[in-house]
Amino acid sequence: MSHENLRTSRKWLFLSMGIYLVLFVVGLSFGASTLSIDRLIPVLFGQGTFKEEFILFSIRLPRILILTLAGAALAMAGAVLQSVTRNDLADPGIIGINSGAGVGITVFYLFAGSKIQHFAYVLPVIAFIGGLLTAICIYFFSFEKGKGIQPVKLVLIGVGFASALSGLMILMISSAERQDVAFISEWLAGSIWGTDWPFIVALFPWLMICIPIIYFKANVLNLLTLSEPTAIGLGVNINKERSILLVVAVALAAAAVSVTGRVGFIGLMGPHFAKRLVGPKHQSFLVITPFIGAILLVLADILAQIIFSSAAVPTGIVVAIIGAPYFLYLLRK
Amino acid sequence: MKVIRKVPFYMQLPVSILFLLIIMLFAIWYGAADTTLKDVFEAIFQQKGSQYRSVLLELRFPRVIAAFFVGSALAVAGAVMQGVTRNSLADPGLLGVTAGANAALAGTLVFAPAASYYVIIVSCFIGAGIGMILVYGISATVKGGLSPMKLVLAGAAVTAFLQAIADGVGILFNISKDVSMWTSGGLIGTTWQALIGVVPFIVIGLILAMIMSRQLTILSLNEDVAIGLGQNIALVKWILMFVVVLLAGASVALVGNLAFVGLMIPHMVRAFVGTDYRYVIPMCMSFGGSFMVLADFTGRIMNAPFETPVVSIVSVIGLPFFLILVRKGGKAFVA
Repeated sequence: MSHENLRTSRKWLFLSMGIYLVLFVVGLSFGASTLSIDRLIPVLFGQGTFKEEFILFSIRLPRILILTLAGAALAMAGAVLQSVTRNDLADPGIIGINSGAGVGITVFYLFAGSKIQHFAYVLPVIAFIGGLLTAICIYFFSFEKGKGIQPVKLVLIGVGFASALSGLMILMISSAERQDVAFISEWLAGSIWGTDWPFIVALFPWLMICIPIIYFKANVLNLLTLSEPTAIGLGVNINKERSILLVVAVALAAAAVSVTGRVGFIGLMGPHFAKRLVGPKHQSFLVITPFIGAILLVLADILAQIIFSSAAVPTGIVVAIIGAPYFLYLLRK
Repeated sequence: MKVIRKVPFYMQLPVSILFLLIIMLFAIWYGAADTTLKDVFEAIFQQKGSQYRSVLLELRFPRVIAAFFVGSALAVAGAVMQGVTRNSLADPGLLGVTAGANAALAGTLVFAPAASYYVIIVSCFIGAGIGMILVYGISATVKGGLSPMKLVLAGAAVTAFLQAIADGVGILFNISKDVSMWTSGGLIGTTWQALIGVVPFIVIGLILAMIMSRQLTILSLNEDVAIGLGQNIALVKWILMFVVVLLAGASVALVGNLAFVGLMIPHMVRAFVGTDYRYVIPMCMSFGGSFMVLADFTGRIMNAPFETPVVSIVSVIGLPFFLILVRKGGKAFVA
């Protein structure tokens, strides 16, 4: 990496961190009941009233942390998927991995019922199994003998799976109780439901394991984006590396959506913006990708809270309204 | 398949209609209320019948008839779209048409809560038109147009966008229950009044499709041939697209957002009657109608007395078809 490139990527890294911090503060003070910005620091150091402390520590802070972790995870998952499938349109939501995770959660929910809150640590695992099975199916269907994976076909098959699996979730849940139906339909609308400390503890290890693996494999990812023969010629064990990276991406996406509900397009936009800013080399853009993912999701949530004042804020809807036009823009190129 | 195709068309059509009638009879016969075949016949042919007469007349008849018309409309709309665009993956549900109608419906319920049935239907047409213009407009801005597969992706994104707007509007104005009554409620609670409002539009659309079927066949083969045969391509295309908007918009007003029917049925039909749309369109009507009646019936009895949403049944059944078509590279025109 040349000196000049290093400087630009550092500049953007600090800038995105700065934007994220601003949004973090805005997000903390913003919401149904206000907590003015100048009260944040006193409350953080335990000098607030009971009400202020409750708002900050039990509602705002866990929500923003969940959004941050989920946004970062989804963006990283998208980045890996785009490179591994050599397809700019790949995103865990669009290609159906999120819906697969949703089917896993639905099956689990039918057994656990409303006690699901107690299973915070099991949920990401269940979602991971559902997402992985879906990913294997999609991979299998889009693989052609002698040609490898067809990028456009992969996304198209994923779109089919996403729609059918959402249908399957509703099929399974329609036999259940009324309140369960409400839970699943809120999940499908992407309203962040797991906003409590146990969910943060449940989600955090997944990022801590998966994201370092991705950084470690940055060079392999660079080679995988080249043509297949070139990558093989340069000594990459393509099938092995692809499988490892796909599993990591599915793990990140599934863990994230298990607590956030179906949120698409973050994995599409995050890496694209990052590549725009610092170039397509994985060592540089993967560093700012998680920050951009977190910025996007926190921003979408703040917007959702401004627009919708209902109890269940459908963040996923806001993300889709922003993300779908961007997808179309990419498709046209 | 070849054996089936040797059977002449004038034999195939009556058989398929007979099949349709049998399915419709079963769908009226069975249900949560324990009706007998005798009740059904009495309700149809006699002025006064058993205690179940009102169940049959007010609930099951309109529902089964609606299922038939929705199925026919979506199947024919899919066939027409596939022919006009020469894209075997075209389907009003996949290419944003029904999603547009759906979003328009949500908007109408918000801004004109007291709107009459006709206002709602007309806004569905407008929405369907907007959805179609969005997808094809995006395709038209690319040099040479988008490939069949990419067109479906554009449709998926437009659908996601319009769906998000419909959901958002629903939650924002606290009418998500009303919207989902229309959109995911399927055919539950279809009344005669709704039928009388929507069915004429579907009938007009189906008749137009029949009239245009010869032109459609020529257009589906090759645009140059169509011009050479003296066809006014632009006019024919506009009329056919109007037919699609009419059929898809009307069926959204009855059943909500439903994908895959317009994709599956025409492909099944072509396996029987070949690619001549003079045969494809009528067969699509009876096949699509049968399929929809069967799907709605399944949703009704699968977990009785609860309803299973027909939309999800159709999307689960539709996936294998979609996968096969995609794997064949969208070229599975002649099955």
